[in-house]
Amino acid sequence: MNKNTTILFILLGFFNLISSTYANSVQVCKSCRFTSIKQAIANTSAYDTIWVQKGVYLEFDIDINRPLVMLGVDTPIIDGNGEGTIINIAADNVVIRGFTLKNVGVSYTKDHAAIHVYKCRNFTIENNILQNVFFGLLIEKSHEGIVRKNSISSHAQEEFNSGNGIHLWHCSNVEVTYNTLFRLRDGIYFEFVSESTISHNVSHNNLRYGLHFMFSNNDNYYDNEFYDNGAGVAVMFSKFINMKRNKFYKNWGTSSFGLLLKEIYDAEIEDNTFEENTTGIYIEGSTRINYRFNQFNRNGWAIKFAGGCYANIFSQNNFISNSFDVSYNSKLNDNKFEGNYWSSYTGYDLDKDGKGDIPYRPVKLFSYIVNRTPESIVLLRSLFIDILNFSEKVSPVFTPDNLIDNSPQMAAFND
Amino acid sequence: MFKILQYSFYDLVRSRWSYVYFLFYLVLGFALLFLNNSVSKSIITLMNIIIVLTPMIGTIFGIMYFYSSREFTELLLAQPIKRTTIFLGQYFGVSFSLALSLILGLGIPFTVYGLWESSEVINFGLLLASGTFLTFIFVAISVNIALLHDNRIKGFGYAILIWLSLAVIYDGLFLISLMVFEDYPLDKFSLVATMLNPIDLSRILILLKLDISALLGYTGAVFQKFFGTNMGILTSFLILLTWSTVPVLLIKRIANKKDF
Repeated sequence: MNKNTTILFILLGFFNLISSTYANSVQVCKSCRFTSIKQAIANTSAYDTIWVQKGVYLEFDIDINRPLVMLGVDTPIIDGNGEGTIINIAADNVVIRGFTLKNVGVSYTKDHAAIHVYKCRNFTIENNILQNVFFGLLIEKSHEGIVRKNSISSHAQEEFNSGNGIHLWHCSNVEVTYNTLFRLRDGIYFEFVSESTISHNVSHNNLRYGLHFMFSNNDNYYDNEFYDNGAGVAVMFSKFINMKRNKFYKNWGTSSFGLLLKEIYDAEIEDNTFEENTTGIYIEGSTRINYRFNQFNRNGWAIKFAGGCYANIFSQNNFISNSFDVSYNSKLNDNKFEGNYWSSYTGYDLDKDGKGDIPYRPVKLFSYIVNRTPESIVLLRSLFIDILNFSEKVSPVFTPDNLIDNSPQMAAFND
Repeated sequence: MFKILQYSFYDLVRSRWSYVYFLFYLVLGFALLFLNNSVSKSIITLMNIIIVLTPMIGTIFGIMYFYSSREFTELLLAQPIKRTTIFLGQYFGVSFSLALSLILGLGIPFTVYGLWESSEVINFGLLLASGTFLTFIFVAISVNIALLHDNRIKGFGYAILIWLSLAVIYDGLFLISLMVFEDYPLDKFSLVATMLNPIDLSRILILLKLDISALLGYTGAVFQKFFGTNMGILTSFLILLTWSTVPVLLIKRIANKKDF
């Protein structure tokens, strides 16, 4: 044994000593000491790192009950084989990054998920691909987490036997960003979640809602995209929400909405785009909401009120080529429309201040008729209907006479 | 027949009214594109105009032409030519020249504006197709009226009345019956009623492309099937074809029986 190797051994021993007292690093692969992830976890202590090499691992019910970092090298595949939940996390400070998880078991009694997080703090789930899941990420009673850049998909056919992509229940301070979700029941589901952010996600072709939001206060959602979802996006029973720069498009169908608001108070809805939805925004029992700088393009109904809405303010929005701009179901109105651009406005601007000199009435008589007899939709854009609408515009009888925009813009707002 | 078609066609193409009609669409097309600054918005506006105007022009032009060329017709009748040939030739001459004015008059401004690069080509094509169909249908109806009534004032009155009832009154009665019977399932009724009026039919044909998001808002399996699949477009086209052949067959029958 020469001198150099002796030094090397001493050094190695030294490193081993350091790493065993601080954080250890463990490899998992077909030819390593550990060939399964469960084995590796059983042989690590808190704050260790597990490197999982490329390969297919047939495992499920992997329990993580101490702080660990799990890293996938070249996205190894963990195949749950339809048996149950793949990874259970029940510890703080867990990181899971760079895996493909697939084939989660479907159950009618248990909520199996690709990753189930329960009563954790400070978790990070990042860069994973979740395929053919029942629930994708099921996160319960957890706080301060990050869910980022995951792609979650399934083959949901029916609501009763499919699960949600990212399901949060009783959580706070969670960041859900840059995820892609498709073919699930609900793309993202929030219930009793507060102080959280949903941003830059794309949720499409889901069976029910792209985003479903219940009893969740003080949340933000920015820059998301929702399209081709069975029923669009639903936000219900929540307070103090900010929705900005989201895109809602091509949500077609009878009970399909770009955005469904029910019992929402004190929200800000700004800079969103609603395009080619059957209903852009459906509002029920919502109060003190500011709608500003939104784009409504070519929707069936840009905005549909369904009663119990007070003190909502719509200003500086663009309403362009919608079949109906606003539909309203009662004669009382406590909502304000001010300074919006309406492409169907036909007034003039003699004093050249950029605002039309005669007010615009966004509620047409025909939308009232369609509310009563839905079949009459086949008469849309017929000459007779135009004549009817004109006469109602001149002397309103059926539509609320104070629902007017007193300063309609002459030119569309650019964004 | 082709010879007579040619005569009528050239006669009309040389006439002032065809030019006026052509120029009207040309100006309309340019003005709409200039004011709206977008192809898709112009198409929506144009739809409202075409649905009302092409039937009206078809009716008035058709009946005017037939009354004013009556002497020429009588001259032709004295020749050894089949009656159907004469009348169908004239009918197609009028229809083709009107359709040409429509297609060129609107086609030129939209082409100049860059229609072919936009995604609205299909919608525009559909618009021109239904405009052309309406022209053919309403010219045929007015020829029928002209053949049935030698009294010009009476014939003119009937023609206008038919246009008015199909364009406005029909929809009014339709809407009233929908509201009166609103307690009953009306989806089949409303679809059938739409099919029975060529103007409504071509309106629906265009709506299927432009306002599909609103049309899908109604709950009803029949509606969903009709509007949600290609069945709607296919059925509308087939019925529109029927609408344009039946009056032509009628022309043939009446012309053969009529005593000049």
